[in-house]
Amino acid sequence: MQQFFQTLTTGLSDGAIYGSLALALVLIYKATEVINFAQGEMAMFTTYIAWALMDHGAAWSWWAFFETLAIAFVGGIAIQRVLIKPLERASVLTMVMATIALLVILNGLAAWIWSPQLQFFPSPFPTSSWVIGGVHISKQDLGTFGIVAACVLVLWLFFRFTKLGLAMRAGALNPNAARLLGVRTSWLLALGWGFAAALGAVSGMMVAPTVFLTPNMMQAVLIYAFAAAVLGGLESPVGAVAGGIGLGVMLNMLGTYVHPVTSELRLPVALGVLLVVLLVKPAGLFGHVTVRRV
Amino acid sequence: MSRFAKPIGFALLFCAVVIAPFLVSNYHTYQLGFVGLYLVALVGLDILTGFTGQISLGHGAFMGIGAYTTTILVVDHGWRDLWTIPLAGVIAGAIGVAFGLPATRFSGPYLALATFAIPLSFIGLLKRYPHFTGGNVGKNLPQLHSELGWHVNPSIWFYVVCWVVALVMFPLAFLIVRGRFGRALRSVRDSEIAATANGISTAGVKTAAFGISAFYCGVAGSLYAIGITYVNPDTFPIDLSILLLVGIVLGGAGSLYGMIFGALFVEFIRISWGPSILNLFSKAHHIDTHAPGSGLVVYGVVLLLVLYVAPAGAAGLIRQLMTLVTRLRRKKDASLSDPSLV
Amino acid sequence: MAPLLELDQVSARYGQVAALHGVSLTVDEGEVVAILGANGAGKTTTLRSVSGTVRKSGDVLVAGKRLSRATPESVARIGVAHVPEGRGIFAELTVWENLRMGAYMVRRPDFKIVLDYFPWLESRRNQQAGTLSGGEQQMLALARAFLARPRLLMLDEPSLGLAPLVTREVFRVVSELNQKEGLAVLVVEQNAAIALGAAQRAYVLETGSVVVAGTADELRANDAVRTAYLGY
Repeated sequence: MQQFFQTLTTGLSDGAIYGSLALALVLIYKATEVINFAQGEMAMFTTYIAWALMDHGAAWSWWAFFETLAIAFVGGIAIQRVLIKPLERASVLTMVMATIALLVILNGLAAWIWSPQLQFFPSPFPTSSWVIGGVHISKQDLGTFGIVAACVLVLWLFFRFTKLGLAMRAGALNPNAARLLGVRTSWLLALGWGFAAALGAVSGMMVAPTVFLTPNMMQAVLIYAFAAAVLGGLESPVGAVAGGIGLGVMLNMLGTYVHPVTSELRLPVALGVLLVVLLVKPAGLFGHVTVRRV
Repeated sequence: MSRFAKPIGFALLFCAVVIAPFLVSNYHTYQLGFVGLYLVALVGLDILTGFTGQISLGHGAFMGIGAYTTTILVVDHGWRDLWTIPLAGVIAGAIGVAFGLPATRFSGPYLALATFAIPLSFIGLLKRYPHFTGGNVGKNLPQLHSELGWHVNPSIWFYVVCWVVALVMFPLAFLIVRGRFGRALRSVRDSEIAATANGISTAGVKTAAFGISAFYCGVAGSLYAIGITYVNPDTFPIDLSILLLVGIVLGGAGSLYGMIFGALFVEFIRISWGPSILNLFSKAHHIDTHAPGSGLVVYGVVLLLVLYVAPAGAAGLIRQLMTLVTRLRRKKDASLSDPSLV
Repeated sequence: MAPLLELDQVSARYGQVAALHGVSLTVDEGEVVAILGANGAGKTTTLRSVSGTVRKSGDVLVAGKRLSRATPESVARIGVAHVPEGRGIFAELTVWENLRMGAYMVRRPDFKIVLDYFPWLESRRNQQAGTLSGGEQQMLALARAFLARPRLLMLDEPSLGLAPLVTREVFRVVSELNQKEGLAVLVVEQNAAIALGAAQRAYVLETGSVVVAGTADELRANDAVRTAYLGY
């Protein structure tokens, strides 16, 4: 029992981290059909910025947290304007390589500025646990889940109830019609990148305390986020978050209860699950198959 | 381009390959051997990405499969390294087909994602079964030495082996992309819907392309293991797959001759010329080149610049140059015959 | 007084294919003008050259001022609403959300006046727009365009895919908006009969050029137009 709940909460926490990065990927893909391979490195880079703002990892600071979100937001907008927009009409390969180039640059830049040495990153939550009915539940795990849930909620409220959020949704559905209604779709794309960058920053800051801050910290997380996003259908924000949480819980459960599955096999297992799901439901669990009649 | 362009080009390449070892040091010959094997890998990947339009971020893993096949056969089962090369290719190719079959259900971004995870999974699998793969420690192959009764410097031997293989597989690629199959590949790249409407099995074509490209990369990986004489899980990280794609882009996706340039880039610019360029650049701008990560930044920036300025790679630039030359020549001819057109 | 919309020798092309050859036309304040012609005549392209969605040469003037390198967003902002072919509604959004999009450029949107003209929208607020019938979607697109209180409404083939009765209803609302609100309308139509019924003036396009122009009566009296486009 104890082990079950522990695994569950760790799974929820991991899943929240994957889910927030997956949501970032989906936001960008929904609007622009671009897969941002650099999403993980953007998250890593902004986490380093947070670390620097927190006096080089001395102690958690909520002030630094929000400042980092703001910096990530602006950074995401800048990247879209400067790097991505000029390649709007380029081939898919060019666009993929551009985000990969960004990945390489950010990875190198982080190592260059802050050195590749492992760094300690503080958590806003204590490492102690609550004891409920004899079961220990990690405060950090629940806290992580809570933070991500709060961010996702804020974003959902934005998209559902604000004019700008509605315009972004409309622009993703039918950009030409939106433009005819006066919507500057180009800037809304940049806004999407800004939100995605901020979500990535949250993901990075939540995972760093556990895996320690290094330039390669987000690479595995990115894969899990991809898997979650694809599971959810790449166009479904709900699917991305649900996929992330589901994947996190499942991987942890498998790791605890199925003995051949060790930590090295986590990634292959995730990939295997992904392949199986896509074979059965090609558009993901929450996606809509666009029927192409030939 | 005249009908003789390709045979002439091949002849030139052949001459260059034969002459090169006499002109450069043994160490550079050793490096040129790697250029040969990278050419094989890039040509294979180009068939998949440039000709069939499927972006794979995982072909470094197929090189790894080929490398490990050769290593395990040579070290654990006493095979002669040369005989393992085709087998390594076949095994990698078979796994490529096995991956390709379900993967063809995915298009564009989904495929890229799935392939992105292959190398990472491969590394995980390598570490998980150490008794078979040598785990983290890896395996050592015997020192590079010449064989078949020929006694020559090992670097030259390696060079010869690599380029014999390359000079066989390079024209083979031309045969593959010529004719009906090549047209099928290109039609899948340009419009899957139109291809299907013309009765082409896109899934079959894509799977075949996957298998072929994996075969090529497997062969390249086998040669790589023979040359490096050591493999471990970190020899084939995601960076390698990215590097292969970069080589394709720089050479010019969809151009086989362009891959020569790509192979030169992968071997030289990244390893030796890259840091030299970085040094020149940094002296002008006072950057500390020994800082970790600085090389990556320059590499990424150069890649971005190429994507903006010359997205069709070296092959594209040469094509533009030739068009310019033809146009100028035509203007000159026209103006000679009709003075009023000047 | 300068016409509300003026096209002066506008040519447009899609890649290498020329779709318009030196088209000139005007729409005055409060007028309803129709553009008639068969498929491929260049009618839709004419509207697109105003709203900036196609490459063009020649001048487009709105209220006397030239539109230089205009984008669809900026054209919308100066009061020219374009309801494209196929309505352009956001199928996955609700009726109400579609309407709210119409109010995007408006500080204080007046939903009441829109609901006066389209009262049935109120009862369908939360219905997904894609599940509306063709005629309802057309009305929704009209309501949405009108919400921004444009000076000129450009309608592209409103009758497309609609039954005759529904088409008549659509044109009735268009005429009502024109008469009561003074909204100028430029309507592109293949259904010449109904278009001439609603318009004061019309142009006939054939393969990218204007071949006939005049008042609705003049066109109805024109033998060539009658046999080619009116069927009698």
